[in-house]
Amino acid sequence: MHRFANPTRFMRASALVLPWLAVATALLLGAGLLLALFVAPPDYQQGESVRIMYVHVPAAWLASAAYLSLAVASAIALIWRHPLADIAAQEAAPIGAVFTAICLLSGSLWGKPMWGAWWVWDARLTSMLVLFFLYLGYIALVNAFDDEERGARAGAILALVGVVDLPIIKFSVDWWNTLHQPASVFRLGGPTIAVSMLAPLLVMALGFTLFFATVLLLRMRAAILARKLRALRRAEAEAAGRFAAGPRDAAGSVL
Amino acid sequence: MVEPPSMHLPASSPSLGRAFCLVAGRDLRLSLRQGGDAAMVLAFFILAVILFPFGVGPEPAVLARIGSGVIWVTALLSALLSLDRLFLTDFEDGSLEALALAPAPLELVVLAKILAHWLVSGLPLAILAPLLALILGVDAAGYPALVAAMALGTPSLSLIGAIGAALSLGARRSGVLLSLLVLPLYIPVLILGAGAVEAAISGLGARPHLLILAAIAAAALPLAPLAAAAAIRQALA
Repeated sequence: MHRFANPTRFMRASALVLPWLAVATALLLGAGLLLALFVAPPDYQQGESVRIMYVHVPAAWLASAAYLSLAVASAIALIWRHPLADIAAQEAAPIGAVFTAICLLSGSLWGKPMWGAWWVWDARLTSMLVLFFLYLGYIALVNAFDDEERGARAGAILALVGVVDLPIIKFSVDWWNTLHQPASVFRLGGPTIAVSMLAPLLVMALGFTLFFATVLLLRMRAAILARKLRALRRAEAEAAGRFAAGPRDAAGSVL
Repeated sequence: MVEPPSMHLPASSPSLGRAFCLVAGRDLRLSLRQGGDAAMVLAFFILAVILFPFGVGPEPAVLARIGSGVIWVTALLSALLSLDRLFLTDFEDGSLEALALAPAPLELVVLAKILAHWLVSGLPLAILAPLLALILGVDAAGYPALVAAMALGTPSLSLIGAIGAALSLGARRSGVLLSLLVLPLYIPVLILGAGAVEAAISGLGARPHLLILAAIAAAALPLAPLAAAAAIRQALA
């Protein structure tokens, strides 16, 4: 793991990987959308509007997975002080927040024709909404400190505290009487969804995952470059301050 | 500026129990001497609940229907306002650093401070709640459940709030940041607490709600001081 702790090595490795990831993402998302919109069969009950599932469900999976990767990165940052773990966690948060928002919005659009309501206060929807606010709280906390490192460490602790919401989201449909569909893919007895629908769903999920990876790597590269820029600016300001103060003696104090 | 109470330091490091009592006693004495701080939070609690009849109209049926929820939400917000006193004043004048360097484990110190905070800011909320339920006209069948639920829920509010308070030490806009961090984590306590009162009123019995509230408090009791102590160490580093 520490082989990649060197930011320069990470920049080189990610520069090699990124084009392939981006192409794979585009292909999978394109294929997935084609399958979802044209090849997959309509539902016997819901008709064509079941196709929202191919966006809603992968977005929900990625929202939870992004939070899990945020929490794992935070744990690595706290335990091993891995220099890239902090950056990974901070850059994953906005992506996860957007996935959660897509899940909530697409779910709302699906709920209106299916349930007759844009929103219901059932366990699954409420716990996803709480996840959205956990993301926002994390982003707010990290940005609330003038000292970046302090913000990163505080955010790492908060991310680990919020992990308790993930099992609640997953099992909410089992623990409470909910309007939301119970688990149909990740369940002990195997998926209950038809294979003709499962295949496009998995293709879309894979496409979303690669999208997450691509955007995360891009953001991490941008964050590392931004830090380099800040360090350069700081060094420049310091040098300018030193010259502006006039000649100094050997100890560095102004004469 | 109130002088901190003098602590007679023993020659050897104190036992865990003694250290706990020393820290809790110090915090209690400080809050009681500056009684105004805690009383203001209670005044906010009462005032905010009283706002609702002005807002939704004095019709008794409506107020009785929303009463338990209103009391719980304003209790949450009052708990949020009181969390400032937990670590911030000690952080600013350097006593938190001294406490962190003490021989007693920081987790124990945090737990003692949370206990003192709850006794002054949480327990009075639970005691005032039935009075406010009377004002809002909540069905009398719900009062025992309300007091029990608040007695079980307010420790969780203090414990979870302590994590947020420790995380936001030294942050900009720490007051608002604290609410953003802590309110999502408060939601289960709110749902169960208000649900307990509703269940008691409808005759279904509040026992399951009270049991889960107790479970949340039991889980938060060891875990929250761990997280808060880690956050305090980050703040002091």
